[in-house]
Amino acid sequence: MSELNKVMVEKYRNDFLKEVEANVEEGNWVKMCMQCGVCSGSCPFGPYWEHPPQELFMMIRAGKREEVLASESMWMCTSCYNCIVRCPRELPITHIMHGLANYAHRLGIAPKMNPTRRFAKLFWENIIKGGRVNELKLSIGLYFMDGFSNGVKKGLEMLPVGLGMFKTGRLNPFGLLSGGKCKGAGDIHKMLKKAKEIENRRKGFAP
Amino acid sequence: MADIKIGAYVCKGCGLGERLNTAQLITVAQREGKAQVVREHEFLCSGAGVSMIRQDIEKEGVNHVVIAACSRRAKTEAFGFDNVAISRANLREGVIWVQPDTEEAKEVTQEMAADYVRMGCAEVTKMQAPQTNPSHGNNKRILIVGGGISGMTSAIEAAKAGYEVLLVEKTGALGGWVAKLHKRIPSHEPYADPMETGVPGLGRQIEADKRIKVYLNSTVSRTSGAPGQFSVDISKESGGTSTENIGSIIMASGFELYDVNKLPELGGGKSPDVVDQAGLEKLARAANGAPIKRPSDGKEIKSVVFVQCAGQRDPSGKHLAYCSGHCCNTSIKQAMYFKDSNPNVDTMVIYTDLRTPGNGEDFYRSAQRKGVTFIKGTVSEVVPGAELQVKFKDLILNDDAVAKADLVVLATGMVANSGVDIDAAEGAPNIQGQGAGSEAKTVSILNLTYRQGKDLPLLKHGFNDSHFICFPYETRRTGIYSCGPVRRPMDAQQAIEDATGAALKAIQAAENAALGRAAHPRSGDLSFPTFRREGCTQCKRCTVECPFGAIDEDEQRYPQFNESRCRRCGTCMGACPVRVISFENYSVDTVGYQLKSVDMPDQFSEKPRILVLACENDAYPALDMAAMNKIQYSAFARVIPVRCLGSVNTIWINDALTSGYDGVVLMGCQKGENYQCHFVKGSEIAQTRMSKIDDTLKGMSLEVERVRTCEVAITDIQRAPKIINEMAETIQKIGLSPMKF
Ligand code: SF4
Ligand code: SF4
Ligand code: SF4
Repeated sequence: MSELNKVMVEKYRNDFLKEVEANVEEGNWVKMCMQCGVCSGSCPFGPYWEHPPQELFMMIRAGKREEVLASESMWMCTSCYNCIVRCPRELPITHIMHGLANYAHRLGIAPKMNPTRRFAKLFWENIIKGGRVNELKLSIGLYFMDGFSNGVKKGLEMLPVGLGMFKTGRLNPFGLLSGGKCKGAGDIHKMLKKAKEIENRRKGFAP
Repeated sequence: MADIKIGAYVCKGCGLGERLNTAQLITVAQREGKAQVVREHEFLCSGAGVSMIRQDIEKEGVNHVVIAACSRRAKTEAFGFDNVAISRANLREGVIWVQPDTEEAKEVTQEMAADYVRMGCAEVTKMQAPQTNPSHGNNKRILIVGGGISGMTSAIEAAKAGYEVLLVEKTGALGGWVAKLHKRIPSHEPYADPMETGVPGLGRQIEADKRIKVYLNSTVSRTSGAPGQFSVDISKESGGTSTENIGSIIMASGFELYDVNKLPELGGGKSPDVVDQAGLEKLARAANGAPIKRPSDGKEIKSVVFVQCAGQRDPSGKHLAYCSGHCCNTSIKQAMYFKDSNPNVDTMVIYTDLRTPGNGEDFYRSAQRKGVTFIKGTVSEVVPGAELQVKFKDLILNDDAVAKADLVVLATGMVANSGVDIDAAEGAPNIQGQGAGSEAKTVSILNLTYRQGKDLPLLKHGFNDSHFICFPYETRRTGIYSCGPVRRPMDAQQAIEDATGAALKAIQAAENAALGRAAHPRSGDLSFPTFRREGCTQCKRCTVECPFGAIDEDEQRYPQFNESRCRRCGTCMGACPVRVISFENYSVDTVGYQLKSVDMPDQFSEKPRILVLACENDAYPALDMAAMNKIQYSAFARVIPVRCLGSVNTIWINDALTSGYDGVVLMGCQKGENYQCHFVKGSEIAQTRMSKIDDTLKGMSLEVERVRTCEVAITDIQRAPKIINEMAETIQKIGLSPMKF
């Protein structure tokens, strides 16, 4: 159990709803759900989630902390916003899904191998480095996410696409070396550091 | 009836002149209808047309008028002449609007019109201008039985309208259940917090009003008479009875809570910390804003579980089958009692469907905002103990779960306090409310001296029979109105609205009675039933079948009509096997002569005749509306409106068949639990009577298909004409009746 997770368990005891309210983005909306199921019915991925949004909200209220936070479910959200548009109670469901995913990740309970989580992590690390996405590195990183041989296979598969992009000037092969940093990358790092500080302070996370 | 002088008037307006040969109709009225005065007019309903008729009435001594123009439902003001008998031949909606305007159709259309003129003349011959009910009273005081929020509201509203009120309450104080509440469900914006009950204010209003007289610790020990002339005994608990004269009555006797001891599996009666909603109100009142303490050990309550639908909406038949409507909002309100004094109290509402009528949705949201947890689930068991355990199935997560609580509140339902079930077979177990408060069920509230029983008839589950949608406060006892939870489960706000409506109805009834007129739905009708004593065989059918209990029995065991209690449906007239009951303007003869006056083509003419007896409340208007929409039906149909299908005497069917009609269609309102019948039971009674018609038909060697009884709603604009056409097709298949002469 991560240090932060221990702290949170201690702090909220069995009131998972309160924990979500305090720590999850838009988490204070969870209590307003009236369990109509419109979100689950509207979600294009609804049938494939283990716990679609309505159920997640109920589980939060029922205090099923581990099950919710360790769930792959909220990682399924593609941000189509169907649910937000339709929820009669106007819950910002999409944002709550991402909020839950983010919180679980932060506590270190999110499923390690979840592809969405891994891609998001890859993307984040890539973008903060230079303040700009390095597409070549990102795609290669993505191909090799599941091991070397898989990476080679995927790379070969995508080769024609890559060549086409190269020909039309959409892909810079030197990106692999140059890094393609933006001018003020250092300042961006400072900004992010500050933002993190503020968030930790606000949410009471240990620095 | 030597002094009958018939005037028949044929209108040529609205296209009647172009479509019909009105001159021939005039001849028919004169020769066959025996009208002494006959006239045509370009626009009969115009000022000139109307004054022409009026002149004949005044100068020529015409006292029976036949208007051959539009439907009797149209132009009622223009053709509303006083002190004459009026019959309407429906040539517009009944003929030209339902027949095609073609050369081929001309002949049958004209025949149809001529028949309606014949029928109008025949009917009017048998009619008398109705005289006002002679035995009416004119007391306009209003008695209200029950001093809860409903009764108090009715009293204030009636008094505000200027009427004297007598308010009878069996306990020692006004206010009923609402007075026992800590707070009420909010009735106005923003529907966010519980509000004051308002009972003390109402009490002061009543006290200050000289028109309202309050009888506490009193009950109604006898009610006799009729609207405008009720005589009521009000008995004090301590002894002593006063007899009062009353114009109309409002029954606001409210409800009892379903007995929580009947729910032992939910901890009812097993632990002092399992209470019903009334029990929680008591605790909240005791705490008065401070933290609520639990009954067993006085410990401050830190967690509470509300169990919705406790002993309600129960399909097993063990408990109440219905939803009491207010209890979800009540639990929301009660959870707020806790949250408002300490947001850290765990409040959990376990429901299967959260039903929050009115603006309860806002109230629900407010509770969620305050942190009340709502769980969709069904509770299977409450285990008593220092810490109560509520075992339930979470219906969203499909999980068996246990909630721990210091206090459990069971949302039990309302059981109507409606008096004795007068329809229950003697000695049968009392099923209403499934025995809840069963003692109360054997105690009469009104103690009516009516032959049909002591209290108001019930619809189901022990609630007073009053139509939910169409005529909410009307009961089956004229001049007695029911409001509040005795007629259906409801919350205080709905009861207040109900009580206001009932007060208005009671005033209307007293006013109508004083003028000798009928109440709803033939409001204003001056006719009333009479019977020919010499012919009566004392079979008692009329007394039993009258849906309104209007007929008692006199000392010689003859029926005694209480005209002011009568709604003029004619069900008694339809019931009477020796046909001695009649109204001045509606009788076995007015319809019988009409149907016999129709020109009956012979068996080889290929022109069948279909008699349609249509209820004037729904079926006849439906046919009129079909006509307005130019929906056509068979030209062989002859439609006669009847007051209620219940007024149809089987002799009419016999007469129709023996005089050569090929088919008979009866159209009445829906019967049964969701009845639409304006006279509640009329249509049902008629259908029971008609169920025996097959034997009659077989006895006459006629096909059973020739008579059809059906339910027609006012909205059946397409269907009603279709039913007539189907009968025409049936006749084509089975052939014309051999009974033509
Ligand atoms: S926004 Fe996410 S949760 Fe909402 S419907 Fe789309 S994919 Fe489903
Ligand atoms: S649509 Fe909104 S209210 Fe309905 S279940 Fe989903 S989140 Fe809850
Ligand atoms: S059956 Fe109808 S018409 Fe006859 S007495 Fe009763 S209410 Fe009056």
